[in-house]
Amino acid sequence: MSGIEIEGLNVWFGEYEERVDAVKGANLSVPKGGSFGLVGESGSGKSTILRAIMGLAPTWSGKIEILDKPVENPRGRDFYRAVQMVFQDPYASLHPRHSVDQVLSETLSLHGFTDIDKRISKLLDDVGLGPSFRFRYPHQLSGGQRQRVAIARALAPEPQILLLDEPTSALDVSVQAEILNLLTDLRAEHKLTYLMVSHDLAVVGHICQDIAVMQVGEIVETLGVEDMRAMRTKHPYTKHLLESSLQSAAG
Amino acid sequence: MSKLLEVENLWVKFPTRTGVFDAVRGVSFSLGQERLGIVGESGSGKSMTGRAILRLIRPPGMVTADKMELEGVDLLGRSEREMRKVRGQQISMIMQDPKFSLNPVMRVGAQIMEAYRLHAKVSKKEAKLKTIAMLEAVAIRDPERVYRMYPHEVSGGMGQRIMIAMMLIPDPKIMIADEPTSALDVSVQMQVLEIMDKLVTDRGMGLIFISHDLNLVSSFCDRVLIMYAGRVVETLQADKLHEAEHPYTRGLLNSLPRLDAPKDRLDVLKRDPAWATDESVSG
Amino acid sequence: MSLSDTQKPSLKEWLLTDTPTSRRHARAASLYQAWLSLKSNHMAMLGLGILMLLVILAALASVLAPADPFVQDLALRLTPPIWQSDRDPGIEGYILGSDSLGRDILSRLLYGSRITLYIVTLVALMAPIVGLLVGTIAGYTGGWLDIVLMRITDIFLAFPRLILALAFVATLGAGIENAVLAISLTAWPPYARIARAETLTIRNSDYIHAVRLQGAGTMRIITKHIWPLCISSLVVRVTLDMAGIILAAAGLGFLGLGAQPPSPEWGAMISEGRKFILDHWWVATMPGLAIFTVSLAFNLLGDGLRDVLDPKDGAS
Repeated sequence: MSGIEIEGLNVWFGEYEERVDAVKGANLSVPKGGSFGLVGESGSGKSTILRAIMGLAPTWSGKIEILDKPVENPRGRDFYRAVQMVFQDPYASLHPRHSVDQVLSETLSLHGFTDIDKRISKLLDDVGLGPSFRFRYPHQLSGGQRQRVAIARALAPEPQILLLDEPTSALDVSVQAEILNLLTDLRAEHKLTYLMVSHDLAVVGHICQDIAVMQVGEIVETLGVEDMRAMRTKHPYTKHLLESSLQSAAG
Repeated sequence: MSKLLEVENLWVKFPTRTGVFDAVRGVSFSLGQERLGIVGESGSGKSMTGRAILRLIRPPGMVTADKMELEGVDLLGRSEREMRKVRGQQISMIMQDPKFSLNPVMRVGAQIMEAYRLHAKVSKKEAKLKTIAMLEAVAIRDPERVYRMYPHEVSGGMGQRIMIAMMLIPDPKIMIADEPTSALDVSVQMQVLEIMDKLVTDRGMGLIFISHDLNLVSSFCDRVLIMYAGRVVETLQADKLHEAEHPYTRGLLNSLPRLDAPKDRLDVLKRDPAWATDESVSG
Repeated sequence: MSLSDTQKPSLKEWLLTDTPTSRRHARAASLYQAWLSLKSNHMAMLGLGILMLLVILAALASVLAPADPFVQDLALRLTPPIWQSDRDPGIEGYILGSDSLGRDILSRLLYGSRITLYIVTLVALMAPIVGLLVGTIAGYTGGWLDIVLMRITDIFLAFPRLILALAFVATLGAGIENAVLAISLTAWPPYARIARAETLTIRNSDYIHAVRLQGAGTMRIITKHIWPLCISSLVVRVTLDMAGIILAAAGLGFLGLGAQPPSPEWGAMISEGRKFILDHWWVATMPGLAIFTVSLAFNLLGDGLRDVLDPKDGAS
C-alpha cells in the first residue's frame, strides 16, 4: 500500500507575467510506513511540495494520492485526520495567546474526540512533556518544548502520515538530537509515514530511507540513504551538496 | 603576538522582575591577530559578549569588567561619543541577516560610500573608486552593477558579502561576526567564509567569530571558546576540537547526526547543573 | 535565577510562576503579569487613577453634589468660584461658582460625568466591535468581500468626522443616543483598517495554517484565533481615541445637537458659558477643564496599555 504518491506535480504562484513556478513536474512515492526526505537549498521548492499536499498552496496541477486515494479539493476533515504537518519554526507555529491545554483541546474537539482530558495527558506523555506543561503559554516554553507541543498537536488526530517541514532547523543541536530521537520513537510506536523536508543532509540521512534532491523547483535525483552515504550519486548537484555538507561537518 | 583586545572578567547583567539575570558571567579572553571562535547554544551569552565589547548593550542592561582594552586603551571608560568612533573604524560587526542590516531604501553603493566617508575625509569620486574596489575584493563579479542595486535585489549570500565590504572598508583592527552565515545555504556559506578569511588574514585583523555551529567554527578559526550559561567552559585550539574534554563540548559534538557514521539514536546532552556555576575558564 | 521551592508559595509567587497548574491559574498569572508591567508605568497609573476617580464620582454624584444640578436661582446667577478676588467674592455653597441660571457648576459637573461615561461606554462598545467584525472578515476572507467591505470603509473615512455626525444627528434629531450613534458611525472605519492590517499579517502565520490543518472553519478561526490578537491593539487605539470621542460628543453638545439644554453634559455647558466667557470665565472653563482632564487620563492610560498589550513587544 502506498502512503503518498505524487506524479507530475506543478505548483505556481501568481498568474501570467508574474507567474513563478515553485515546483515543476515533481514525482515521488512514499510507501506506507516509509520515511522520505526532500533536500535542497532555500527556494528549491521543497517546502512548497508539503504545502501543496496539505492544501495550503493556492494553485497546483498534477496528481496527489494519499493512502491510494486522490485528494479532494478543498481537503476534507478525513484528510486532516490522516495527514498532519509539523512546521519549521516552533516560535511561529503556536498561537501566542493560547496555552498548551487550549491548543490540544481545540484540536481534539475539532476532530470529534470526547475523552479530551485523558487524551491530552497521553499526548503530552508521548512527546516527553509532563502534565506540568499543560497550562503553560508558549512564552513560558523553550524552543524544543514548543516543538514538542507542535508535534503533540500534529499527533492529536492520530494521523498515519506526518509531514515534517524542517522540524529542527530553528533549534540548538542538543535539542535537535532530542527531537530527532522523539521522531524516531514516535514513528516506530505509531507506525507513521514521514515526509521530511530539510536543508541538512545529515538530518535527513538520519531519519529517512529515501531522499530526493531538489534544485530550483525540480527533483533532480532520488536515491536511497545508503547510496547517499557512499556518495553513489549520478547528478552533479547532489554531489556538490554532499561535498559541502561533509566539508562543513568533517572540520 | 601583540594583543589587540583584552577582556577580563566581563559581566553583562539584566535586572528582571524576579532578580538580576546574568547573561555573561565573568568571561575573560584576549585576541591577537587571529581568528577566535565563540561557540554556544542560544542563551549561552555568546552574542551578548560580542555586543558588550562594542558597548551595544542597551539599558537597563549593564556591562562591567575588570579590564576591557583595545590595544592597551580602555574601552569601558569612554564616552558614548568616543565609542561611536571605535565602532566601525576600529571594531566592526557583521550581523546574522544582511536583510536587516542594510537600509532598504538606499542603493548598495551609496551605503558603502557613506560608511567609508564617515570615517575618512575623501572626495566622492575617490570614495566611489574605493567602494567598487571593495566590492571586487569580496568577489562580486560585476561591481558597477551591484553598486547601483537596492538591497532587496541581491541574494542572501551577495548581501552578506556586501556587508563584509561595508564593514571592512574603514580598515578596522577587529571584526566581530555574529552568526554571519547562519541565514545562508551551505554552498554559499563556504564561499562567504573563504572571502572573509582571506580579507582578515591579508589585513592582519583580529576576528571574533560567533556561531552555534561547532564544526564550522573549528574548521574556520584558530582558537575556540565554548560558552555555556554565560561563562566559558572550555577553550581549545580549533584543530583539537575533537579532543575536547569538557562534557558539554563532548555532548554537543556527539549529539550531531552524521552522514558518515549513522546510528539509530542520537546521544542526548545531559546537562550538569555544575557547568553553569563553575568558574569561567579564561582564554 | 530560580525561585527556591519552599513549603507553600505565597500568593505573589503563585501568580508569578512559570508553571501554572490549572486553566484558572494560568489565566490569573498572565493577567497579574500584565498588571505588573502596567503598574510600573507611572503615567498610565495616573491616567487609570483619574478614570477610577471619575467612575466613583459619577456613581456617587447624588451623594457628593452639594446642590441639585437643575435647580435655578436667578438671584445667584453667575456667582464666581469661592476663591475669586474680594472685588467679586464667591458665595458659600457654590464652590466652582454658578452658571447663567444660578445652577451650581460643581453639581452639574458631577452629574455630567455620568453622561460622559455613558457616551464613552456606548461608543467604546459599538465602534470597535463593528470595526473588528468588518476588518477581520475582510482581511481573512480576502477576494471580492474584502474589496466591497474596504471600499465602504473608505467612503466613511472620506467624510470629515464631525460633518458626517452633524448630518446624521440632523436627520435623526438631537439627543444623546443619536449623538452616540453618530459618533460610532464615524469612529468605526479606522478600527476596521487596523483590524484588517493586523489580520493580514496574522492570517499567513504558521499557527493559523496549523489550525486550518485541523479542519477549523473560517468563523472559528476569525473569532477564536484572530480576534484575541487584534483586540489588544484595538483596546489601545480605543483608549487613545477616547479623548477624541469625548471631544466629539462635547462638540455636538456645543453645537446644540447632542445633549439637550437642562442636561448637564459638559460640551453643552461650555456652549452655554461661551456667551459670558469674557466677564465670567468660570462658566465655560470648569467643564472645559473636566473634559481636558478626562481626555488626558484616557491618553495616558492608552499609552501605558500599548506598552503592555502590544504583541510586537515580545510575547510576554
